[in-house]
Amino acid sequence: MSVSPEESTIDRRALLRRAAAVGLVTLPGAGLLSACATSGGGDSGDTGGGKKTAANPLGVKEDAPLDVVIFPGGYTDKYATDIHEPLYQTAFPKAKIKHEAVTEIDTTLRPRFASGTDIPDMVNNSGSKEMDFGALVNDGQLADLTPLLDAPSVHDPSKKVRDTLQKGTVDFGSYNGKPYVLFYVSTVWGVWYSGKLFTDRGWSAPSDWNAFLALCEEIKKAGITPFGYAGANAAYYMWNVILTHAAKLGGPEVVKAIDNLEDGAWKHDAIKQAATAWAEVGAKYMDKAYEGLRHTDVQLQQNQYKLAFYPSGDWLENEQKKDTPADFKYQMMPVPVKGKLSAAAVRAGAGEGYFVPAKSKNKAGGMEYLRRMLSMDGAKGFAELIKSPTVMTAGSEGVTFPPGVTSSRAAFKAAGQDTFDLTWDKDYKPLDVEARTQTNALMFGRITPDQFCERVQKKADEVKNDKSIIKFKR
Amino acid sequence: MRHGRYPFIVGFLAAPITLYVVFVIAPYAQAFYISMTAWRGFAPPRWIGFDNFRKLIDDDAFWKAVSHHGIMLVTLPLVTIAIALFFAFLLNVAGGARGGTMQGVWGSKFYRVVFFFPQLLALPIIAVLFQTVYRPNSSGLINGVLMKLGFDPVGFLIKPNLALWSIIAVLVWQSVGFYLVLFSAGMASIPKDIYEAAEIDGAGRVTLFFRVTLPLLWDTIQVAWVYLGIAAFDAFAVVDVLSVDQGGPDGSTTVLAEEIYRNFKFSQLGYASALGVALFFLTLTFAALTLRVTRREAIEY
Repeated sequence: MSVSPEESTIDRRALLRRAAAVGLVTLPGAGLLSACATSGGGDSGDTGGGKKTAANPLGVKEDAPLDVVIFPGGYTDKYATDIHEPLYQTAFPKAKIKHEAVTEIDTTLRPRFASGTDIPDMVNNSGSKEMDFGALVNDGQLADLTPLLDAPSVHDPSKKVRDTLQKGTVDFGSYNGKPYVLFYVSTVWGVWYSGKLFTDRGWSAPSDWNAFLALCEEIKKAGITPFGYAGANAAYYMWNVILTHAAKLGGPEVVKAIDNLEDGAWKHDAIKQAATAWAEVGAKYMDKAYEGLRHTDVQLQQNQYKLAFYPSGDWLENEQKKDTPADFKYQMMPVPVKGKLSAAAVRAGAGEGYFVPAKSKNKAGGMEYLRRMLSMDGAKGFAELIKSPTVMTAGSEGVTFPPGVTSSRAAFKAAGQDTFDLTWDKDYKPLDVEARTQTNALMFGRITPDQFCERVQKKADEVKNDKSIIKFKR
Repeated sequence: MRHGRYPFIVGFLAAPITLYVVFVIAPYAQAFYISMTAWRGFAPPRWIGFDNFRKLIDDDAFWKAVSHHGIMLVTLPLVTIAIALFFAFLLNVAGGARGGTMQGVWGSKFYRVVFFFPQLLALPIIAVLFQTVYRPNSSGLINGVLMKLGFDPVGFLIKPNLALWSIIAVLVWQSVGFYLVLFSAGMASIPKDIYEAAEIDGAGRVTLFFRVTLPLLWDTIQVAWVYLGIAAFDAFAVVDVLSVDQGGPDGSTTVLAEEIYRNFKFSQLGYASALGVALFFLTLTFAALTLRVTRREAIEY
């Protein structure tokens, strides 16, 4: 190889060094880029503009376009395109409705919110990629829904919208006392079993703790796993049972203290008792293998009559539709214990969040859309199509639900005023993660009930002291 | 000759450097900036200095993740390279010389394809497959057999002291094929006369491997070590899909990328970036150390 001295004046190493220098010089450009990617901005659009009348209490501008974003998950987006959007269109024939079905809500919408452009007028924020409600609220991205809640209901103008809703709905969607989110689907949590299995064996759903333990013993003797949940990804079904148990013993204040991150909330005696009771069930009546199973695996085992009791919410029946034998007959019972609340008490709340962005160009339209969803036609149409009841309770009357939902509706009715809900898991995700971890450790016998309370409390204290996490008071 | 050379070089370098700056340097710079802020992704970030890093020092999950990387950093390359080398030797050299070239054991062409199979599958798919392999009841592939034979099922992913090793086993299973092919290519380029000379001197297979193959393959092994080390700093897909409770039980399988993802999901973008910056320095330190420690005279042949 012959290299002329002239050519070797720039060797490879020098060249690289110069390239690096070029990189440094260009760095200020990077600064500009970052400024662009992390900047907020955008002004809030005008609201309303239309005249407020009895038929149009929110003052929607008749020809203002409406951009609706729906998460097409388990409920699909058919209820929007077939029921709610036509209802809005009928009321405002001149409005042009833009329907967007978005599966990855966060990935798709966060950049739109961050840049302040192309903001939708109504968003169904749901699914595994939903946007963090707390972050949205704290950064002022959500519109206050008070005008909607105080507007007269579509089907009964003598009532305000808020008075047609299931107890707790407004609170559940409120942050520091202000209603920002409408949770639309009514949900009841409990312990599920097969009506067929129980009738065949002559078992009946127990309503107190000793009867429950006795029945578990009998089920175990029959060669069926009495109780189980999926540790791999659904441990929150289990902490939900423990907290429901605690709330029924010590009253809903026990859980509210957790929501408010009060000192020592997790060390309350009722929680210790509940954890002790369920740790015993875990030790005696659960299959150790369940810690490594996913919720679908465990639910399938129940459908195959290998598992008797499974804790879940009332979406379970719909979720298992494919794998359930025709005569399985899902039934739900409340967590079998009583104390300050009756034995019939259940956790009942709302799921599937809808909101109107604060910077939407047609805020009144977005709220009007929600008002139509909460009308008799909107709620009944949803319940009939999806087979799930909504928080507009009257809209579920007279709708034929499958056996499981029928039984959970009956349990909800029987509970009367003895219902409660909780919000800490939605507001403080890191605490949810810790509670899941420790619930598995408790139920599969690695820690004692005292350690369970201590460890979750420690995380709650950390969350409380972490300035970067937004706190909400209930 | 001299004039026109700089425009020529600049012409070639401008495009790649611009791309590199925009897509590599700028995001890094941005991550450093975001790690010093509290940011939830909607309103503009708020500068908080080193608070995120102070929080990181006290974060148990962070230290757990780092210790898991430490374990993986040692075991993953060691085990993978050992197995891959052993198989590569069997497939390329161990059959002895025939027709003037070194041959593998009988059927080696077939084995080579089979070993490469796992490499063709995406990591999340492998993780889903292993959910079934490891499932802790009679429908699991391993436990089904164990239970038929009358043994108790093994909770591969639910025993806190076993879970990480189960995850590492999957990573090894997945990587061996690629390094087998890499080492095979390396071995193919070793001249056969060296082997012949060694054989004439009476060297057995073991001696051949340790005295001839291994030294002549050193560069390739070094590259493999760096690659596998970097893989040990990742492991996100397998941990996220396969492990119980995403990094559990009790955080016994969590890795930094999992913690970054988790905090990102919690809208703690500043803290997630701080974890990312920590990961950046860990990876950099590892790469620098490895290249320094394994530096050796290259053998020319």
